[in-house]
Amino acid sequence: MRKSHPIIKALALFTVWFLYLPLLGVAVCSVNTAKGGWVWKGFTLDWYFKLLDNEWILNSAWNTLELAVVSTAIATLLGTILAIGISRFPWGRKTNSFLNTMLNIPVVIPDIIMAGSLVVVFGILREVSSIFDMGMIDMIIGHVTFQIAFVALVVRSRLALIGQDVEEAGRDLFASNWYLMRKVMLPLMMPGIVAGAMLAFTLSLDDFVLSFFLSGPDSQTLPLFIYAAVRRGVTPEIHALSTLVVLITVILVVGAERFSKKEIA
Amino acid sequence: MKNKNILWRGELTTEGSLLRKGLAFLSGGISWLMIFLVLPGLLFIGVSFATRGDHGELIWKFTVENYQRLAGYSLFGWTPDYLLILWRSVEVAFVTTLVSVILAYPLSFFIASRPAKSRYVWLTLIIVPFWTNMVIRTYAWFYLLSPELPLAKLATALGMIPPDTPLYPNAIAVYLGMVSVFLPFVVLPLYSSVERLDWALVEAAQDLYSSKIRVFMQAILPQTAPGLSVGIILTFVPAMGTFVVPDLLGGSKYMLVGNLIQQQFGSSRDWPFGAAVSLGLMVLTMISLQIYNRKGKEIEVL
Repeated sequence: MRKSHPIIKALALFTVWFLYLPLLGVAVCSVNTAKGGWVWKGFTLDWYFKLLDNEWILNSAWNTLELAVVSTAIATLLGTILAIGISRFPWGRKTNSFLNTMLNIPVVIPDIIMAGSLVVVFGILREVSSIFDMGMIDMIIGHVTFQIAFVALVVRSRLALIGQDVEEAGRDLFASNWYLMRKVMLPLMMPGIVAGAMLAFTLSLDDFVLSFFLSGPDSQTLPLFIYAAVRRGVTPEIHALSTLVVLITVILVVGAERFSKKEIA
Repeated sequence: MKNKNILWRGELTTEGSLLRKGLAFLSGGISWLMIFLVLPGLLFIGVSFATRGDHGELIWKFTVENYQRLAGYSLFGWTPDYLLILWRSVEVAFVTTLVSVILAYPLSFFIASRPAKSRYVWLTLIIVPFWTNMVIRTYAWFYLLSPELPLAKLATALGMIPPDTPLYPNAIAVYLGMVSVFLPFVVLPLYSSVERLDWALVEAAQDLYSSKIRVFMQAILPQTAPGLSVGIILTFVPAMGTFVVPDLLGGSKYMLVGNLIQQQFGSSRDWPFGAAVSLGLMVLTMISLQIYNRKGKEIEVL
């Protein structure tokens, strides 16, 4: 450990403040009795209680959760199987580079381009079936498309860590395919699968652009709700809602770190 | 030779059966990505050469009009409006990345110099905004830029804005918002490099009386280059296409390419032009990364 120069320390602290000051401002306003404006008038928790009466907000919260849970479940299943397919078979150089590209596109492509191209595809598919009307199904498909790649990348690195010795040992002891999968590989892969699923879940909660492009009248999520409300003009209720979302993020981040620490130990 | 027995990971099998099994595992995920990522991408390229009908519908008539429009040509002659928006997006993404890197270095070194236990707390402080929704982090600036607070008062005193107006929407607000949104994307990868820094090399440079700049350029920069590269790409690429920040903090006064694309898929409903702008963004991003790759190598040689 080395001591850092006072100037470095000052700059670092300034930067952390720079990240948090806006969020703290919102948190302060969420417990301020003033209905509009930014002047402090007194402490209240009313805005938080009002959230519970707002059907729109409860609905959006439910949609956000539904979207995240369903898309994460699909993406985790497909991504895990894909990762096994990529790492456990002797693919040639060309196939490998093709597979790598497929996994990297969703990670590096600007999300607005992905969203735009899906709008066009669903627009065309809509003429075949009304399933593809703007709404939850389109949003789930969009989220799964970028989540698969992240899950597969995380699980693949876990598989690389496991290596092939355990598998060979299992075969030598006459384990059947199914037994080997269930009793040896899956438990070893579990930390990777859970980490991938958590990443996918957070990415879904965090997404704004894809949902914004693909949502329909009944599938509004919390980020979309906050965005629409902010454009009409900020209210203390929105501050309360945003502060809650930030607090949930803190809980998720700390929880995820606890989990990964336990796995390493 | 497909039926020859081989031993693969302790299992006696044939090449054919191994191949079939492997393809079965790949099929689900790869078909999904093909159907919802690759094909839409190809279709998108096609759409950018199509025509918009009177009610926003797609007409499959080949034209390069969308690209001409992006380049500024229209019935009424040439205007640089769209090109200006593209250029501004590159500029904003570049400055955002640069400022983020400048702020990220001291922060990473500071965190790495903390005792192990509090290091975890400091890192969490960076990870939380990283995962906090961008919409919230952007509109949170409304508070700091409101007329009652010092920043707007200072701008009023300097004559930049009329009294009692907030310090948004304008370019300054976009830059502030962009840097605060993207900063964690640089700090986290950079920190992972700084943490593993070999200080012996830095000390050796100092012992040999290198200037501070040379110590940084030759002992610190090459060692932290892997993390820095990841951070730069993670910031620059999404910053080029972002639309939440310019939309809320820049408004119509400071439009970026993300807003232009969003307009085409939203209110204007002009998919062909939207697709053309998106591909323009894609090309610009790739050119920038290419330049970065080349310059990046030059720095290593230095």
